Amino acid sequence: MTRVDCDVHPTVPSLQALLPYMDEVWRDNAVRRGIEELATVSYPTTNPLSSRADWRDPSGKAGTTVEALRAQALDPFGTDLAICSPLYGVQALFSEDMSAAFARALNTWTAREFLDRDPRLRASIVVPQINAERAVDEIEHWAGDHRFVQVLLLVGSELPLGRRQTWPIYAAAERHGLPVGIHAGSMHRSGMTPVGWTSSYTEDYVAQATAFQSQLGSLLAEGVFAKFPDLTVVLMESGVSWLPAYLWRFSKFWKGTRAEIPWVSDPPSSIVRDRVRLTLQPFDAPPDSASVTRLMEHLGSEEMLLFSTDYPHWQFDGQAAWPEGFSPALKQKIMADNPLKTYARLRETVS
Amino acid sequence: MNVDVLNRSGIQPVAASRLAISDCDIHPRASMKALLPWIPKAWQEHLASFGMLHRQPWEKGPAYPKAQPQASRRDAWPPSGGGPGSDLGFMAAQHLDPNNVTLGILNPLGVGQGAANPDLSAVVTYAANEWQIEEWLSKDDRLRGSVVVPYEDAVASAREIERYAGDKRFAQVLLLSRTAAPLGQRQYWPIYEAAEAAGLPIGIHAFGYGGTPISAGGWPSFYIEEMVGHAQAQQAVTASFILEGVFERFPKLKVVMIEGGLAWAPSLGWRMDAQWRKLKQELPHLKRLPSEVLKQHVWFTTQPIEEPEPRSQLAEVFDWMGWDRVLFATDYPHWDFDDPAYALPMKMTEEQRRMVFRDNARAVFGVS
Repeated sequence: MTRVDCDVHPTVPSLQALLPYMDEVWRDNAVRRGIEELATVSYPTTNPLSSRADWRDPSGKAGTTVEALRAQALDPFGTDLAICSPLYGVQALFSEDMSAAFARALNTWTAREFLDRDPRLRASIVVPQINAERAVDEIEHWAGDHRFVQVLLLVGSELPLGRRQTWPIYAAAERHGLPVGIHAGSMHRSGMTPVGWTSSYTEDYVAQATAFQSQLGSLLAEGVFAKFPDLTVVLMESGVSWLPAYLWRFSKFWKGTRAEIPWVSDPPSSIVRDRVRLTLQPFDAPPDSASVTRLMEHLGSEEMLLFSTDYPHWQFDGQAAWPEGFSPALKQKIMADNPLKTYARLRETVS
Repeated sequence: MNVDVLNRSGIQPVAASRLAISDCDIHPRASMKALLPWIPKAWQEHLASFGMLHRQPWEKGPAYPKAQPQASRRDAWPPSGGGPGSDLGFMAAQHLDPNNVTLGILNPLGVGQGAANPDLSAVVTYAANEWQIEEWLSKDDRLRGSVVVPYEDAVASAREIERYAGDKRFAQVLLLSRTAAPLGQRQYWPIYEAAEAAGLPIGIHAFGYGGTPISAGGWPSFYIEEMVGHAQAQQAVTASFILEGVFERFPKLKVVMIEGGLAWAPSLGWRMDAQWRKLKQELPHLKRLPSEVLKQHVWFTTQPIEEPEPRSQLAEVFDWMGWDRVLFATDYPHWDFDDPAYALPMKMTEEQRRMVFRDNARAVFGVS
């Protein structure tokens, strides 16, 4: 069995680490203007959730080197392939040019510091999602390197992700056989709720699940899945268990208001079961097998979940990456079969 | 959902034949003209010149055009000539009598809540409270009103609640979910203090005019996204109440979430619990598992009820939530009305049926 971890996060130690991968203009910009750190409030460095305590290095960060990733994220879980999605606030920059330049530097850092150094590693292409044209440039730049296996967007966007301004990103992703991963985190243009900014980190993180709901609704309503029939969307670090209730509600209103969105001709729940995948951690469920069994019935599919540790975020202790209630056969699907079906490029290196 | 006008003259509504019903979401319609008798002359002149502005684009009508005119059932226009929900006699004949509604909670919408001008908001909401007494509550004792308050001014809202404290014709204080900030935040606490003192639950109905994008990813394009999105707003509001510690500060406070769905509640509880276990140092005021607070202080109205296939999965959700949390509602006269005879087609025990359709509401609102 090929064990695939679909969500691990190498951590940028500081902006200093990206400087060697910037061209001179942007390196000069960063130094002259005193830009030292782009870690965001979505995962504040010292916050307990941002990194498990036993994984932190003396600097207080975790996963800043390939050695740390190997020792903490790969070897203990017997991982054969892991998809790296660095979360470093280049998407939150307000300048399109700086966002594009820093995204390029970040992807280059990922390739040089991680992909080149361990054959088990794969990565997501970070794009300046403020501008679809520049985002497509970034996808085109890396698409020939098949160690990059998906395009990464943040769930907290400037415009709803189904909006047509974003479609060039989906066209490029589909063209290159890259799923689009939508990950927790934000461009921070507004608060993480439909009613504004929260006053605690806990509340912000809890609200991320509602942001995934809104974005899934946007992708459905705008017709992204009809326009791009070969595109797969992966919801990453979403919490998972909100999905059944969301689809029940969306489907009910679709029956009543579908004249507004005539391009959505298939039942939304069947579209989502065919085209949307979700990484496993965090899995917001009670710790009893019976409830998890019920939840899986409500989800109505064993094809949708993709194993993840969400390293180094603190979602579980020790090696307990599997919530209660998953049978060995289902684990095999979630850890091997589903990821290999989802990510075409992973199949290229697995016999 | 009743999009078309069905002829159901030969159909015996099953639930109604057996059971008296509590309907926790009925919308009486107040035109501004109907409210004028309680609006001082200077404010009438203000309205005549400047109107009532909200944090949204249109001079009249909602931000997202509805699926139906006035979001209403096509058969809900009374012969007397007013809009849907404007005529008590017609409402009784069309809904209260045939559906055997013995307790109906009135939630007037579009009556000054969330208006940009806080003084105007206070004036119009007061008028709407007096109008409820005059036109509805004094005429039909099946009905209970909602104290509508100018919620962006919490101090003025508390005064409004105190005005009607002890008046048993009012069942709750009404807020809308999309406020300028999450409703658990401190600036709204005078409302909760007054409601707790008056023994009134806080009802939070979908919609509102907070002015911020109505999703964490900006303004969506379509009405369906807005409608489905009320569930996200209400999740955020529920989390805000619990995580801000509103129920630690006001331990007798009850909150009723209206028209935002309910099947999301178990997942939200599990998610809050998981984060609280790791991050509780950030929230020292919160002493218990968030899901326990949720089960003790928050109720949910059913309409528009989620429709899983098979429907029995909804009963499993109620098992997770607790059947005592569920309050039946129709949303009369709106287009997505849930008919009590058809809305919950799943197996229930007689006790569960009585709880959902009648008794839970009587317990929450203290109606014997």
